[in-house]
Amino acid sequence: MRLEARSAEARGALLWAPLGAIVFTLAVCALLVAWAGAPVGRSYALLFEGAFGSRFAWSETLTRATPLVLTGLAAAVAFRARLYNIGAEGQLYLGALAAVAVGGLHGGAAWPLPAPLLFIGMLLGGALAGALWLLGPAWLKQRLGVDEVVSTLLLNFIALLLVSMALDGPMKDPLGMGWPQSVAIDPALEFGKLLARSRVHNGLLLALVLAVLLWWVERATTFGFALQAVGANARAAAFAGLPVQRTVLLTALMSGALAGLAGVGEVAGRTGYLTLDMSPGYGYSGIVIAMLAGLHPLGVVAGAVFVAGVLVGADSMSRAVGVPTYLADVIVAVALLSMLVATLLTRYRVRWRA
Amino acid sequence: MLQTLLDLFGSAAFWIAVLRIATPLVLGTLGVLLCERAGVLNLGIEGIMVAGAFAGWLAVYQGHGLWTGVAVAGAVGAGCGLLHALLTVGLSVSQHVSGLGLTMLASSLSYYGYRVAFPKLTTPPTIEPFTPLAGLAGLPLMGPVLAGQTALTLVALLLVPCVAYVLQRTPAGLALRMVGESPAAAEGQGLSVAVVRTLAVVAGSTLMGLAGAFLTLSAFNAFFFNMVNGRGWVCVALVVFASWRPGKALWGALLFATFDALQLRLQQQAGGALPYQLYLMLPYALSILALVVMARRAAYPQALMKPYRKGER
Repeated sequence: MRLEARSAEARGALLWAPLGAIVFTLAVCALLVAWAGAPVGRSYALLFEGAFGSRFAWSETLTRATPLVLTGLAAAVAFRARLYNIGAEGQLYLGALAAVAVGGLHGGAAWPLPAPLLFIGMLLGGALAGALWLLGPAWLKQRLGVDEVVSTLLLNFIALLLVSMALDGPMKDPLGMGWPQSVAIDPALEFGKLLARSRVHNGLLLALVLAVLLWWVERATTFGFALQAVGANARAAAFAGLPVQRTVLLTALMSGALAGLAGVGEVAGRTGYLTLDMSPGYGYSGIVIAMLAGLHPLGVVAGAVFVAGVLVGADSMSRAVGVPTYLADVIVAVALLSMLVATLLTRYRVRWRA
Repeated sequence: MLQTLLDLFGSAAFWIAVLRIATPLVLGTLGVLLCERAGVLNLGIEGIMVAGAFAGWLAVYQGHGLWTGVAVAGAVGAGCGLLHALLTVGLSVSQHVSGLGLTMLASSLSYYGYRVAFPKLTTPPTIEPFTPLAGLAGLPLMGPVLAGQTALTLVALLLVPCVAYVLQRTPAGLALRMVGESPAAAEGQGLSVAVVRTLAVVAGSTLMGLAGAFLTLSAFNAFFFNMVNGRGWVCVALVVFASWRPGKALWGALLFATFDALQLRLQQQAGGALPYQLYLMLPYALSILALVVMARRAAYPQALMKPYRKGER
């Protein structure tokens, strides 16, 4: 088996590839649903219904998509510069931790500032915490050649333990009845509702604005150009006189900040406080979303809605027909792998004989 | 303080714990090492370990022998490896992303399978795991420590010289190292880079499956969620620490396990003077430190993470 480059990107394949990947994913997972003893057609119908079938379903999907857009952008911008940030999960938790530190300690009175200023401080604090958490690995990669994949992965575990420590110590909710739960942030600092009678909050708006902003930065600014050049070929970029190190470090700051904001959004928009199970792997799902979107910032929004829909839909399907919710994770993983193969096939042709 | 440490290092129980903690790391590190020496990064390890742990345990739970369970775990690992090889070697998909995708797929499939098989159980069902090899107690020096281990630990320890020998002294090992250093030269020698890399990834992933099986068939007697808990990533770091050498990988795993065992004991003895999370952070922090220390001297396999396509440069 070998690959042969296509002379031109196949136009039809650009459409067929994602469709084929989705059909393949649904077919594989249909086998799993059947294995669990549930009717396949009805299960998928329930999944779709639960994700997009009603106003309530849409609102739940959009709520779930909010952190996913941000972690997806975090992965997309970093991967664009070939900085493999697998640590969005940890950055998200540190962002959330910072949000509680600014908005929740001592009943929100830790900092004697008016609420609007404190709100901005909370956003900046969360972004900064996430950014700094990634700056370390990025710097180590640039200076010492330490593989950032492993270091960011390991930092995820440390971040979670840090959060656990804070929840046992200074941020413990005295009224938490022993649950590991932080003090709540000042209600004045919570995000407003974007949709009445739902959980959709202004964090979604923030995420969408940042997606458009990132798209503009990548397309239309010199920094965006340097980012793409460094990602395409760092050596060539250095020869051309581009500041490779600075570009990578700046990218790291942006990526970490985006993931940190995802954490702020969850605390200030959804829960109001921080728990250890706040994120069911949003950081890792962000990587999948970025890959599904081909690292395109606007594609990330679509990818996030898709993944959020699968997660929300699988929850409600699981309740109705008794298929384990882990099906959602399987669907997302199979979608990632088949999408990878599909995009490859738009650029290469497989020759089965040498 | 010094006296407690000395007492600790003198006790067989401590070293028994160290070897037990080290076993999955040794197996996993050897697995990563085989893949990476052939030029393929395999971040699927975390998921392959989950799948191996689950499949091996399920086989035993359904009434098969313990060694059948081990074989099943190895076979599941090999299957995952074949998928990773198909994607990264055959289709030259990004090795990072394919590996992470494999981790997600293998672990979510295992959890899904567990929930389908045992829908409403709150306490995990248990099996009768491997028993310690009490017969080894008579051996000089290491006897008491080895007698506290199970057969799988012995297998892991014996695999270290075996892998080293195969890598350094056999044509197969030479072929494997060659496709990891200079695939074009290997192709020039009439080797098929794709075949050698595929075999290496499958072999390495088999070991990762065994590493998972150790957790459910020897260290514990049940399958839990999150039971692998980053051990796979630690193995990836340990390979860098070991400069891609099996012997050093063993020492790295033992050193790591010593610190891990130490952290557990200190945690018990200090009795809450420090938050327990600090102790739990230690292994992960040490892995990062190991990466930093060794990074300058790291002699990566030259073709690591570089897909090879015949006729392309």
